[in-house]
Amino acid sequence: MLQTAQRTAKSKTKKTAPPHDRFLEAFRWMLLTRTLEEKLVSLYRGGLITGGVYIGKGQEAVSVACGLFLQQGDIFAPLIRDQAGRSAFGEPLIDVTRTYLGSRLGPMRGRDGNIHRGHPRKNELAMISHLGAMISVTVGTLMAKRFKGEKNFVGLACIGEGGMQTGSLHEGMNIAAVEQVPLVVVATNNHYAYSTPNDREFACHDLVDRAIGYGFEGYSLDGTDLGTCLDVIGGAVKRARAGRPPQLVVASVLRLSGHGEHDDASYVTEEIKRQPFARDCLKVAEQTIIDLNLVDAETLAEWRKEAAAQVHEAIAAAQKEPAPEGDKEDWCALSTRDLVDSFE
Amino acid sequence: MSITYLEAIREAQAKLLRDDERVFIYGQDVGGTFGGAFKATKGLAKEFPGRVLNTPISEDAIVGTAIGAAIQGMRPIVEMQFADFSSIALNQILNNAGTHYWRTNVPVPITIRLPSGGTKGSGPFHSQSMESIYAHYPGLIVMTPATVEDAYTMLIEAVAIDDPVIYCEHKYLYYHLKADKLPEKGLPTGRARIAREGRDLTIVSYSAMMQESLAAAEELAREGFEAEVVDLRTVKPLDADTVLASVARTGRLLCAGESFPWGGATAEVIARVTSQGFHLLDAAPQRLNAKDTPIPYHPNLWSAHRPNAQNIAAKARALLRE
Repeated sequence: MLQTAQRTAKSKTKKTAPPHDRFLEAFRWMLLTRTLEEKLVSLYRGGLITGGVYIGKGQEAVSVACGLFLQQGDIFAPLIRDQAGRSAFGEPLIDVTRTYLGSRLGPMRGRDGNIHRGHPRKNELAMISHLGAMISVTVGTLMAKRFKGEKNFVGLACIGEGGMQTGSLHEGMNIAAVEQVPLVVVATNNHYAYSTPNDREFACHDLVDRAIGYGFEGYSLDGTDLGTCLDVIGGAVKRARAGRPPQLVVASVLRLSGHGEHDDASYVTEEIKRQPFARDCLKVAEQTIIDLNLVDAETLAEWRKEAAAQVHEAIAAAQKEPAPEGDKEDWCALSTRDLVDSFE
Repeated sequence: MSITYLEAIREAQAKLLRDDERVFIYGQDVGGTFGGAFKATKGLAKEFPGRVLNTPISEDAIVGTAIGAAIQGMRPIVEMQFADFSSIALNQILNNAGTHYWRTNVPVPITIRLPSGGTKGSGPFHSQSMESIYAHYPGLIVMTPATVEDAYTMLIEAVAIDDPVIYCEHKYLYYHLKADKLPEKGLPTGRARIAREGRDLTIVSYSAMMQESLAAAEELAREGFEAEVVDLRTVKPLDADTVLASVARTGRLLCAGESFPWGGATAEVIARVTSQGFHLLDAAPQRLNAKDTPIPYHPNLWSAHRPNAQNIAAKARALLRE
């Protein structure tokens, strides 16, 4: 009988070795993400980004682990706070800056903005705002791969504890288990659905307990500890790939920003900010690097410089590019052009 | 040999499964030995193992799964058990499938079959016509076949189209309509058809109301009036040219549809004709829809709720007197 596993074990490596063999690689994606998102925030504050900016501060360790273990042919369905995972999966920075800055050369060409972007042809699905909807879409991509006779693939879909309360999520989880597709769902509990705290979101003891109800294998983890994230999420990806039932991973963190940058998050209580899950995963990972002397301070400084340069380059390039124009836009929502209705 | 509208839908799916390995059928009770609530997939699960799949009662996830499969190159056909239940999947249909090509440049070739419209005794939740809802949103094609031949060729065409198609098949026509044989090819998608020629007024309709309109035209013919009946075939795209050409001949326009009266396909036809062909009209255009209440259960109430040959003919007579 399927049991919900409670994974609490720490990484089992020696004191002088990284907690995970991809720890430093993951850290650099986190660093790049933090650098990028801090820059996007200042562009937004300066009025250079229209719409909104939604960052993953505090969630980078979970997110990077979501993208890092996926291979060519795998499917990734990132969500709002998954810049680190998107980058680790292979999304170029220019895609991000083009979308935020409204370049018509970006993947969404000004038709959609900020985090609503993707490259379905490159297996990075483009989320819609309606939470939970991408779970079943991911299931469908995996069924298609099975129909086509592909082997050794997985899909990973991200969700938050807010999205876990939707009907769409429930239907998607259930159908994933019915179809027995190689799916990993990573749910990041950042303790607020916009401004609503956990006690008004759900009443079960632990969200991971739902795994058994869906027919998933479930794991929970401290999302502020990069080593644990890599270990547990990497393990879930491996198990799904090996043909185990769908995997649910529930990570606990605190969202270290507003819902978006328009939100000052003044509703986040001081008490919750003192909880262990409120640690900044980037600082924790950096402290691990320093404590274990994995790289020296000069190398860390060099990595920061490189991240800043990459971000600068991606922003500068997107800023030079043309914006879409209403009178030149191709106002056509169908690919079958002779079936477009005419309202002229 | 005679083949019904329902059998035509089954035959089309059998052909699609036979001819195209990308096709699979996904929906509640479509598989196993059951073959669907209306038997539109009867025997197909056995003939095509692993490609006609039962699903949980999860309309949202059924369509979401189909969207994902389509993005990865499959050609899924979703059967909603009743059109009414597609309301649960509205989010996936409108916000995911309908926006996907526009947003990402990647089309979503899914076909969603909606057993639509009223039959006696089916009540508020097993009788709805949803075509006007889907036609309102961008990114979808909405088919409303009114004949056995169209039921067959349009479903085959729906699966061939790279964009999402809402295929509204009418439950009342399932057993009532018969044809001698199935055609190889139909009119192109998006082209309306003159179902009956006439010179005195144009009745524009689709799906089961097209059959009611033809019956109304028979009634009118006995009184000496020749009604031209236009079968829209698809409500989106809407073939305004064929409608306008007909109104140019007759000068009078009546539209009949089974969906609710506020807005919708009939209102759209009248809006197009009045804005593009106001000078062609000899009288104010008229329309008939179902009443603005939920659909009643009792046969006496049900038959008074939706348009039928008698009240279409009555409305036409009033229009002819104008």
